[in-house]
Amino acid sequence: MLDDALRSNRLPAAPGVGYKPQHFAQILEQPKPVAWLEIHAENYMGDGGRPLAQLRLLSEQFPISVHGVGLSIGGEGPLDTDHLARLKHLVDWLHPASFSEHLAWSTHDTHFLNDLLPLPYTDATLDRVCDHIDHVQNTVGRQMLLENPSSYLAFEESTWAEPDFLREVARRTGCGMLLDVNNVFVSATNLNYAPQDYIDAFPLELVKEIHLGGHDEDQDDHGNPLLIDSHGRAVVDPVWALLDYVLERSGPRPVLIEWDTDVPDWSVLQSEAQRAQSALERIPA
Amino acid sequence: MSVSQAEFRAALLDASVPVPEGLLDAQARPAGRRFSVYRNNVAVSLTEAMHQAFPVIAKLLGKQNMDGLAGMFLRQHPPSSPLMMFYGEEFPAFLAATKQLAHLGYLPDVARLELALRRSYHAADSTAASADDLALAPDRLLQARLRLAPSMQIVRSPWPVHAIWRFNTEPDAPKPQPGAQDVLITRPDYDPLPQLLPPGGADWISGLKSGLAIGPAFEATLAATPDFDLGTTLALLLQGGAITSVTMERLNT
Repeated sequence: MLDDALRSNRLPAAPGVGYKPQHFAQILEQPKPVAWLEIHAENYMGDGGRPLAQLRLLSEQFPISVHGVGLSIGGEGPLDTDHLARLKHLVDWLHPASFSEHLAWSTHDTHFLNDLLPLPYTDATLDRVCDHIDHVQNTVGRQMLLENPSSYLAFEESTWAEPDFLREVARRTGCGMLLDVNNVFVSATNLNYAPQDYIDAFPLELVKEIHLGGHDEDQDDHGNPLLIDSHGRAVVDPVWALLDYVLERSGPRPVLIEWDTDVPDWSVLQSEAQRAQSALERIPA
Repeated sequence: MSVSQAEFRAALLDASVPVPEGLLDAQARPAGRRFSVYRNNVAVSLTEAMHQAFPVIAKLLGKQNMDGLAGMFLRQHPPSSPLMMFYGEEFPAFLAATKQLAHLGYLPDVARLELALRRSYHAADSTAASADDLALAPDRLLQARLRLAPSMQIVRSPWPVHAIWRFNTEPDAPKPQPGAQDVLITRPDYDPLPQLLPPGGADWISGLKSGLAIGPAFEATLAATPDFDLGTTLALLLQGGAITSVTMERLNT
């Protein structure tokens, strides 16, 4: 369980974007309305060179969120302590405004599979995830936000609903929540439930950051919709509507636009960020 | 029915392995092609990583062949760490062992060059020594030792790897001619720069790295390369910012 003093999160309740190096110069020249940036931790674990030089400069002007994609919090095996040490090193020198990871696994034995793989929601998974988060927070020395996954299938063995599972992880470990609204929409469509019901059950009071991104549309073997969390296009209208639904209940939060493949011009990200800004402005008082 | 991560991984990396039982859709039917989303994410993201890591190999082979090779490679050698920036260390050996590519003997060395460029890109920063630091009396200069930048890399090959790399990355580069080439990679700013070393240059730099002073490393190089051009090699290092200090002391190597 984490000390209260370590729970600081300094991201502003304003739009942020996932940082892509091709936008470096434009971000410095005309960032608005983007108020903060998120980086994937693993891309800044080299020893030096341009990536770290750019990050140092950006961190002087923007709050930075460090978002890990490789810790494999849900892995059956122990955490990769070398990787955890690299993460601690990054957080120690960068002093990011926020640090987050995923409810997923990606490493088995020594193989890193470069994808966020799903977990069964059982008591055994709960114990393991909590142990790993304790290990991470104790090592890094600050609170971690845990992100809800996008689901394409369900596990027969699951005994917990996902929002309850996440609430229990937070209760036991003191971690915060990163709510990916697109992931809620994708999972709800794929597993056939109402996304509003998920939001109603979610521990919104623990949410310190929100993610939005684009998804692709496909079909399963039976012709049912199968949405894929691709981060390769604009956020769709139903996801913007779901963001309004969340913000009405949570109040203002930092909102991130994620766009990782087929990365568009900076102006496109700015207009997505502007839409997030508008959503934040119309929250009822 | 529980599904272990070992079962999950086995089915991820091999489409001929059945989708594990216990994975369902919303109506509790077998997950079927829903599982393929994960298979696809893994294969596509790692194939994309290989294209980014080895653009010259991809250009030499063509996209379709590179996709096919990457698909084989990623199943034999999934990443061993989440640092995708270093993925592909085993690719040169994989290329060398692929019988269908035996007629393209230079490919493994081109892949080694591309790996070395990435290592240089991500290497620790260092401050370059200036020409003034080397302005020593000739006898002192020969006794001096050079500390070299972590971003400096050497790739030696019996193939014209530097010419092949240029021909596939620069618009007006000349066609490669047969012959061995040694390549020096320096990182003057943040972009690694591969340059052709004169014969013997790689031996001399390797002598410096092993702790020899300039003079003794030069003597050792002359044994195999009597016409070794020390001035040109030293200038390449200096101009590339690859010398971080000039010292009369012993180096810890």
